[in-house]
Amino acid sequence: MQINGAQMVIEALIAEGVDTVFGYPGGAIMNVYDEIYKQKDFKHILTRHEQAAVHAAEGYSKASGKVGVAMITSGPGFTNAVTGLADAYMDSIPLVVISGQVPMSLIGTDAFQEIDAVGISRSCTKHNYLVTCAADLPRVLKEAFHIAATGRPGPVHVDIPKDVTAEIAEFDYSVVLELETYKPHIKGNPRQIKKVMEAIANAKRPLFYLGGGIINANAAYEVRDLVQKTGIPAVETFMARGVLSYDDALLIGMLGMHGSYASNMAMSETDLVIGLGVRFDDRVTGKLTEFAKNASVIHVDIDPASISKLVNADYPIVGDVKNVVNEMLELTAGVESKKYKAWRETVQNFAKLHPLAYHEDTERLKPQWVVQRVGELLGDSANISTDVGQHQMWTGQFYPFTRPRQFISSGGLGTMGFGFPAAMGVKAATPEKISINFTGDGSILMNVQELMTAVGNKLPVINIILNNNYLGMVRQWQTLFYDKRHSQTDLSVQPDFVKLAEAFGGIGYRVKTKEEFDAALKDALEKNIVAFIEVVVHRMENVMPMVPAGGSLFNMMLLEKKGDK
Amino acid sequence: MNDNNARRVVSVIVVNEASVLSRITDLFSGRGYNITSLTVAPIPESKYSRLTIVTSGSVRVIEQITKQLHKLIPVLRVYEHADLVEKEMAMVKFPANENIADISTLCEVYNGKIVNVGENVIIVMVADEPKRVDNFLKIIKRYNPKEIVRSGAVALER
Ligand SMILES: Cc1ncc(C[n+]2csc(CCOP(=O)(O)OP(=O)(O)O)c2C)c(N)n1
Ligand SMILES: [Mg+2]
Repeated sequence: MQINGAQMVIEALIAEGVDTVFGYPGGAIMNVYDEIYKQKDFKHILTRHEQAAVHAAEGYSKASGKVGVAMITSGPGFTNAVTGLADAYMDSIPLVVISGQVPMSLIGTDAFQEIDAVGISRSCTKHNYLVTCAADLPRVLKEAFHIAATGRPGPVHVDIPKDVTAEIAEFDYSVVLELETYKPHIKGNPRQIKKVMEAIANAKRPLFYLGGGIINANAAYEVRDLVQKTGIPAVETFMARGVLSYDDALLIGMLGMHGSYASNMAMSETDLVIGLGVRFDDRVTGKLTEFAKNASVIHVDIDPASISKLVNADYPIVGDVKNVVNEMLELTAGVESKKYKAWRETVQNFAKLHPLAYHEDTERLKPQWVVQRVGELLGDSANISTDVGQHQMWTGQFYPFTRPRQFISSGGLGTMGFGFPAAMGVKAATPEKISINFTGDGSILMNVQELMTAVGNKLPVINIILNNNYLGMVRQWQTLFYDKRHSQTDLSVQPDFVKLAEAFGGIGYRVKTKEEFDAALKDALEKNIVAFIEVVVHRMENVMPMVPAGGSLFNMMLLEKKGDK
Repeated sequence: MNDNNARRVVSVIVVNEASVLSRITDLFSGRGYNITSLTVAPIPESKYSRLTIVTSGSVRVIEQITKQLHKLIPVLRVYEHADLVEKEMAMVKFPANENIADISTLCEVYNGKIVNVGENVIIVMVADEPKRVDNFLKIIKRYNPKEIVRSGAVALER
């Protein structure tokens, strides 16, 4: 059929089964917004900032497993969205982000709201396109969705000049994609998988090292089977929380800079690392030369460039982790769970020696208590987002995650301001679940305008602000490594968070005790509108354990025993 | 190879399309890899171009470069190998009052010749292995070259 470029965008989104688009209009994208006005097939959620539109699309994607879609205008609309693109790129989140551009005739003339968008997005997207004629649009959009969702997922940016959205051309979305140069490797090498299973059978102290790639590949339940069948203990990265259920006896915990003592020690003692969908990030490994230094390394990942990038893999397998784990499950006959009994006990003893814990305080609530309490009260019924900082680490440490896609957080880029808009996207994708955002007094102000979006679109996200009157994580580093010079991290000057929420039509609470907290959470759930629960917490609490940046995993700063001050 | 900063030649076959070259050079600058030289031209009667990139790095870095290049969507193939026939061209401008006969003889040794003789300058070209081109450029210093241009290497596997 012959339609214009703007109509093509709509038709493509419908053909891709998109039900929600997050966006913000402006001059260059107006033709597309005109078509959005005319259609009823998908919902458009108007955020109040382009960055938030992309984070919302990320949250939507992470919770649903579908490709998230955001739409923005040229120039400042696009540059506002860049942080979101970068965030999605670092965490391998499949997005299609469509931006308007000045008309072809004006490109290169420093026209009003012209910026070289594809030039900027090149280094923070999986791929990008500047569409120069409407005839290309069906193919480009189809490729964009395909590339975003397959292989190692990631954001794809499509920049469309305004005249292209007006131009009429043939639209046929049944075009068969010919991507000669893009063929992700899905199936792992069978011989290598056999060798891996032999190595596992021969190991004395094997350890599963589970990463976020498992969630991207929808392989968590297969991995649960594999862990169960082999009886091998497992550690999760921050991004893999929920792959195993918190109460799985074989789950040691989270490893890395703020990982548990037992997890980091297990990684230091293992003789065989079984890495699934991981990328050996520096926040996970600490000092590379000391990382798992007694171990051989199995590394399964869809991205060949992740393998042997930082840690040499003795058994590299390029493939989709679901595919490979299914193959592994067929070959577990030689693996004897009881062989690892002593090793499991060693690990349990690590956990007994220094369990993940905190000390209660009589005067002020401890932030960890808040996270734990929400876990007790809501557990599986909530999806959990976070912002970035101490509260984020406490959430990773203390929330009892029970399933994949329950935990949504900015891992690779560490973007303050991610949590609230992401939680809106999560709510839009999974309305049947409660959407909680653990945030900080610093982070929440980085996208606080989204209160309006949440009110306007009935997205009752509950933001639990762990208020320590500090840019807490930076303050912690200053306390520990900068001789307590708390440079520019004191947030004593603050808004009235209750009034702030109310000013937008949401609801606010300020609580200082356990009873007040429980009551506020209960009330917010009943009211079912966007909420701020400001919890006044201990100001100087540090996230522990901690592996100082560049240090070895086994050299952790630990929680002080009660009494030793 | 235990040389930590060995010179390597990487050939990349890419789809001929807008901004494909920026994707490649952005990757090198963004990840902190070196480019010593880069040549690019379309492959006749195809929709592809061939880039020849001379770079350097440890074995691990070169392996990463190869993999990261391959990850770019418009990249069809990446060749990184030791057994290559390499050629590079250089052109040099000399003052016309230098010894033309000597220069001409030298050029012939390096697969070259005089390509232009003007009122004030003569221009020569040579085409040879990059190392030999280095040599040539060293030797001709005594003839007071006014300008030198090198093409960068192109290479084919044996
Ligand atoms: C956009 C952005 N700017 C700066 C930082 C650096 N940073 C990391 S954590 C942090 C403090 C966050 O403070 P808050 O939101 O109050 O969380 P807390 O650590 O106190 O729990 C800062 C400034 C960042 N991650 N993102
Ligand atoms: Mg704070």
